[in-house]
Amino acid sequence: MLRKITVFVFIIFCFILQCSVFTGLALAGIIPNLMIVLTSAFGFMRGEKEGLLIGFFCGLLSDIFFGGFLGFYALLLMYIGYLNGKFSGIFYPEDIKLPIALIIVSDLSYGVICYILMFLLRGRFQFIYYFTHVILPEALYTILATMFLYPLILSVNTKLEKWEKRRAQKFV
Amino acid sequence: MSPVIKRKGESFTLPSKYLLFILTFICVVLMVVTLGTDIFNKPLNNAVGYVIVPFQRGIGKVGEWLVNRSEELVQIRMLLEENVKLKEEIAALTEENTLLQQDKYELNELRDLFLLDGQYGDYQKVGARVIGRDAGNWYSSFIIDKGEEDGFVVDMNVIAGGGLVGRITAVGPNWSRVTSIISDNSKVSGMTLSTKDNLIIYGDLKQMAQGCITFGQLVDSQNKVNEGDKIVTSDISDKYLPNILIGYIYSVDKDANNLTKSGLVIPAVDFEHLSEVLVITDMKQSVR
Repeated sequence: MLRKITVFVFIIFCFILQCSVFTGLALAGIIPNLMIVLTSAFGFMRGEKEGLLIGFFCGLLSDIFFGGFLGFYALLLMYIGYLNGKFSGIFYPEDIKLPIALIIVSDLSYGVICYILMFLLRGRFQFIYYFTHVILPEALYTILATMFLYPLILSVNTKLEKWEKRRAQKFV
Repeated sequence: MSPVIKRKGESFTLPSKYLLFILTFICVVLMVVTLGTDIFNKPLNNAVGYVIVPFQRGIGKVGEWLVNRSEELVQIRMLLEENVKLKEEIAALTEENTLLQQDKYELNELRDLFLLDGQYGDYQKVGARVIGRDAGNWYSSFIIDKGEEDGFVVDMNVIAGGGLVGRITAVGPNWSRVTSIISDNSKVSGMTLSTKDNLIIYGDLKQMAQGCITFGQLVDSQNKVNEGDKIVTSDISDKYLPNILIGYIYSVDKDANNLTKSGLVIPAVDFEHLSEVLVITDMKQSVR
């Protein structure tokens, strides 16, 4: 229960940060994608199921506020969370390389899929332009944000896991 | 940790594969359903309206206060210099003003004659504050802090600083989403003020980096449309009220078909620094 509430607070917190505070800190009009950080971090820390559920709700939130129709971002982020969950077997909290690599790859593929489905299909073919002006800056800025956000998520997660272990022992 | 693991108290755990499949199915159904209708919008918009919008409002206010304070400090020095220059200008302008006032009387008389008074000074307008921007980098829309409770409905026009910003595309009880005209998925029917030629304004992510949006389908057989011409919303638009300023033509090029022209428009509104907007609560009259 505590975990659910914490994750809920995290999602709301990141979403609000992303659409109010970070637009003020935008570099060249590009804002980092905290939803990706959250989804993939919980994906590789906690496994496929949690990853896909968090991705689904993060995406649904973006859909409700900014999507033309419901389900698009939800579907996309859900799969990103699920695929990140596949790496939970080789994840160790001390290792920073895997999370960074996973988040970069997630954000790049998110950008490319968004481009293909929302721009390429409407006849905007200048992939190089969109890649260098939107997708790549977003990924870099997201990594910068990860440096601050990821340790927070990690420490909260470790505390939660400790708490859950203690609780489980108490009841045995 | 395997997700299939069974913990105490959880009688049944769904394997993630099946959950993924079920949620994928739900998403696809949602997409198909919401593409055509908006039956889910109301409950969902209401729910997020009460959970998220209060926070956004708070953060928006704090951020605005901070930005205002820092700007004030920078501006004081500039203002002193400006003051001297402006005083000189005032002298020149007063002289000009008297001349213009004479013209104005003449204009008013002529307007009365033509019954042209119904320009957009007469529309009912409600002010609203911008409390959130698009969470992605692809489209350009934002959230304002008023909604259904203030009588807003979808398709109301939004203006700021005398120019067209966009229109409302979703409403909740205490928030609405405004899709701006610079958004890559937006199209506006416009016309040139001087020649009344119709054209279509397309939002464009790529051109917006240079501060422009594109226009197309301009039939200008007499070659009368020039750079710098004013573009306003057209009379034939479904959703936009007529004669709202959109921007100024920056360049005109002939299309490959030799019939129509296209080019770039500089929008009249500074979309980078929008903090307050006016929502026109009059709706375009439509035939239904």
